Amino acid sequence: MTRRRAVLLVRIAVLAGLVASLEICCRTGIIDPLTIIPPSDMVASMIDRVGSGELDESIVNTFSTIVLAFVLAVGCGTLAGALVHRSSRLRDVADPLLASYYSVPTFIFYPLLVALLGLGKAPLVVLGVLSAAPAVMISTLSGLDSVSPVLLKLARVHRLSPVRTLWWIVLPAALPRLFSGFKLALSYALIGVIAGEFILSGTGLGYAISFAYQSFDNRAMYGLMLFVLLVAVIANGILYVWEGRLARRRSAG
Amino acid sequence: MSAAAVSEQSHVALNGVVRHYDGPPAVHALGPIDLEIGRGEFFSVVGPSGCGKSTLLDVLCGLARPTSGSVRFEGKELHGEVPDGIGVVFQEDSSMPWLSVRQNVAFGLRTSSLPEREVAERVDHAVSFMGLAQFAGHYPAQLSGGMRQRVCIARTLVLRPRLILLDEPFGALDQQTRLLMGDELLRLWRETGATVLLITHALDEAAMLSDRVGVMSARPGRFIDMVETGWPRDRDSRIVSDPKFGTLTARLWSSLREESLKTMGRAA
Repeated sequence: MTRRRAVLLVRIAVLAGLVASLEICCRTGIIDPLTIIPPSDMVASMIDRVGSGELDESIVNTFSTIVLAFVLAVGCGTLAGALVHRSSRLRDVADPLLASYYSVPTFIFYPLLVALLGLGKAPLVVLGVLSAAPAVMISTLSGLDSVSPVLLKLARVHRLSPVRTLWWIVLPAALPRLFSGFKLALSYALIGVIAGEFILSGTGLGYAISFAYQSFDNRAMYGLMLFVLLVAVIANGILYVWEGRLARRRSAG
Repeated sequence: MSAAAVSEQSHVALNGVVRHYDGPPAVHALGPIDLEIGRGEFFSVVGPSGCGKSTLLDVLCGLARPTSGSVRFEGKELHGEVPDGIGVVFQEDSSMPWLSVRQNVAFGLRTSSLPEREVAERVDHAVSFMGLAQFAGHYPAQLSGGMRQRVCIARTLVLRPRLILLDEPFGALDQQTRLLMGDELLRLWRETGATVLLITHALDEAAMLSDRVGVMSARPGRFIDMVETGWPRDRDSRIVSDPKFGTLTARLWSSLREESLKTMGRAA
């Protein structure tokens, strides 16, 4: 058995053990079912809710908002990172701001965004972008810094145009770090949008969880929470596997 | 001799080349340098650290413009652009980690208008020539430093350059690998008929490989000695046991010692 496979098996066993313990604790009354319901009930509730179609609109709303926020964050963050990278003065200004950005709780601006943009998709998208774009910007700067100067010299020796230099050399060389930023951006966009829906919105999965919580509907709340968690884990897992494939090529010894 | 007359005889000609870097602090890095390299010649440049050897290479291939003077390749003056027919191998590993060996080698021809079949033939030839055939599908991270440098040489080779510039290509390799890579380089030089300019800090490497060695002074780099080796074209690393090899290396060192001491801030 390879080391990677063994680690994966142990990881699955630990998770399965935790879920089984929770199931036992809930079933035997050690944990009050009014606090947490058994994981098997969470799964059943998730299947009921998602299968019934009553959440279709919320699912489409939430995930389209997340995808939109993610795409905008990747676009704006990469562009802003590339622009700042070109100017050492801008870099001097931006570096400390970016370093301290995540100490600012962006959610506090949500009421302001609602006042400016109204209730709807727009403030949620902006909140997602505000959460995710700086991570992309930081990873773009770090990725562009990591492009070896000799590869840029090589581009000149091969008389590559600026566009070809970007596509054939700069982007592939910076990709591993850009990818780390994209992964973070997906997580931040998801957190930003769902938390935004949770706080003030009248639609989406975040709102549905909040509504179930306020209605003391534990079964619905945990089922929805499990659904969001699974989607987040699957989306990140896909990026993780893709990133692993890229990294293995570059670092196989 | 006029510049036009010089260009007819030599493959590469430098006339009064000077290179300054604007500060702060402003640096006079190179020159004035006058140099002619004949077609098919193996010319090496040795010099103390920081004497401007790499600047000379940049100017020679058109990556940097001389502050004054001119550089001519095959009779045409260079204007800050690398012309067709020049291949460059750098000191640093310039293999692309996201491409396989074969894709790295083929990168040299990505912009060419050659038919696909010819591109494939050239790539196959360069890959086999550099002994990389069984590693064609490997990625650079799976290769040793010497093999990665061979990938870079093969990538230059597919372009069929008439002038090959090498900037300390074996600097990071151990002595045995360097000697063997030197043999590969001599074989490449003989079989392609290209002119080769090698920048190196290793006197034995210069003495073994070259037809002629130019010794540079401490900054600003100028040629203070030209040494003809007189080796036959058909040679390899076994000439290190020839008594003449020791004499040549000693001659290079006696020219260079004083300049090297200058760079260390000491008088001779």
